[in-house]
Amino acid sequence: MPKVNGASLLRGLIGTAGLLVVLEAAGRLGAWDTERLPLVSTVLLRAGELLADPEFLVSARSSLTTWALALLVTIAIAVPAGLLLGMVKPAEVAVRPLIEFLRPIPSVALIPLVILLYSETTHMRITVAVYAALWPVLINTIYGVRDIDPLAKETLRSFGFGPGSVAYRVVLPGAAPFIATGIRLAASVAIVLVVTSELIAGGIEGIGVYITIAASGNRLDLMIGATILVGLFGILVNALLVAGENRLFRWHRARAGAAT
Amino acid sequence: MLELVDLSHTYGSYRAIDRVNLKVAQGEVVCIVGPSGCGKSTLLRSIAGLIKPTGGNVLLDGRPVDGSPENLAVVFQDYSRSLYPWMSALANVGLPLRRRGLDKKRREAAAMAALEQVGLAGAAAKFPWEMSGGMQQRVSIARALAYQPKLLLMDEPFGSVDAQTREELEDLTLRVCAHHGMTILLITHDVDESVYVGDRVVVLSKAPGTVVGDLPVQLPGPRDQIHTRELDAFVRLRAEVGRLVRGMTPHRNGVETR
Ligand SMILES: Nc1ncnc2c1ncn2[C@@H]1O[C@H](COP(=O)(O)OP(=O)(O)OP(=O)(O)O)[C@@H](O)[C@H]1O
Ligand SMILES: [Mg+2]
Repeated sequence: MPKVNGASLLRGLIGTAGLLVVLEAAGRLGAWDTERLPLVSTVLLRAGELLADPEFLVSARSSLTTWALALLVTIAIAVPAGLLLGMVKPAEVAVRPLIEFLRPIPSVALIPLVILLYSETTHMRITVAVYAALWPVLINTIYGVRDIDPLAKETLRSFGFGPGSVAYRVVLPGAAPFIATGIRLAASVAIVLVVTSELIAGGIEGIGVYITIAASGNRLDLMIGATILVGLFGILVNALLVAGENRLFRWHRARAGAAT
Repeated sequence: MLELVDLSHTYGSYRAIDRVNLKVAQGEVVCIVGPSGCGKSTLLRSIAGLIKPTGGNVLLDGRPVDGSPENLAVVFQDYSRSLYPWMSALANVGLPLRRRGLDKKRREAAAMAALEQVGLAGAAAKFPWEMSGGMQQRVSIARALAYQPKLLLMDEPFGSVDAQTREELEDLTLRVCAHHGMTILLITHDVDESVYVGDRVVVLSKAPGTVVGDLPVQLPGPRDQIHTRELDAFVRLRAEVGRLVRGMTPHRNGVETR
């Protein structure tokens, strides 16, 4: 589990700030035409202003809703499926080839097909995002279930607990750290795919749509500003989930630390 | 209550135990000793229904067992792997008590009492990975004792604790089991321990394990760590078990090899 400590966070901030300062200086010294490609300071200012811009906020809320729904659907499908495939070896053997076939298909390539299937844009976007976000959760869950010590399951069985109790009390909590990592990866993937589907397929609302409109009006400052906000949201979500994992699964890190 | 009939198990082509026959009466404490790798753990796992023996039968109260028998607790040799790292010691001990239909408060009280008995009251909130090997082993013993099973299977349960704690745990186990009328099958490689703890000592041969000796332990008076171990009867029995474990036939006058 990645752990961010204060020192490395500080170094990262300094590095980012340094790069921004260099770019700002280069722009002011005339390295490029700032009429076309705005200065760093202009972009950052726009990004800040966007947070109070009602038109942008409508789009942001739409994207956020799509993303949250996509993540929920992903979890609802991939976690039970992963638990089942992890526990029932024959089932996993049976669907493995299908998974290996479907997984490398880029979700983006499915967009034209999905557009034809759905009249509702939100459903279309959710489908595209779920298709991509499913795999990390599914694969991690299967792996987590496999990783459980057989003796941990046998112990509960010997006390007379049935397979359902063993799944609920040993398999699920034992695999939870892996499932959480899968969900964290899926959260990032889903952000990318929601915005991508908005960019490619268009629609009325959504950050991708907002960026497309800004581009047609030649507003690079708004385009880049909105893009930066998407990136910051990704970082924030990741940081929150990492913090949650570190809190909840202290036992997992301790055990992994002891084993190495 | 427990009967093994021609119990055999082979892993692939490797024969681990070979036609083990054994009858254990209700309330009896039977110790099984045998050299390392002779199939003691295999025997115990067969009784617990965790592996399906390739030959013979396990009978409980006359009926063949299928799967894990009811009212059973096992203290595994790999005690640390059998504890749940996401649970505190208290929760680990309390978990099986869900099978007893107790509410949360009663479960916690019973788990706490068991931890106190093994001297871990102060460590109840600790997680297994915050404990030493000996502490983890005591948690797994506490878990089995708190469950109060009819049949208790223990696989080298006192291996990781110091000599004095070991004696205390031996006495505790005997006391708790006598109080609740439990039947115990205890595996050990310590000849001394087998004679001290057991009502009977069953000796297994080198692999593939089979019963080569079944000695009743008849010692006068209640067991006591100091006095019992000094008794002539104790010393004689210990020597006899020791000879059997080394693969010699017991003999009253001197030693014969087989
Ligand atoms: N799952 C398994 N697959 C194959 N062989 C096994 C398996 N488990 C045990 N064995 C083999 O069976 C034999 C008996 O093993 P077992 O664990 O029952 O011995 P043991 O008497 O408990 O030994 P120890 O005193 O060292 O604990 C050993 O030779 C072991 O290598
Ligand atoms: Mg063993």
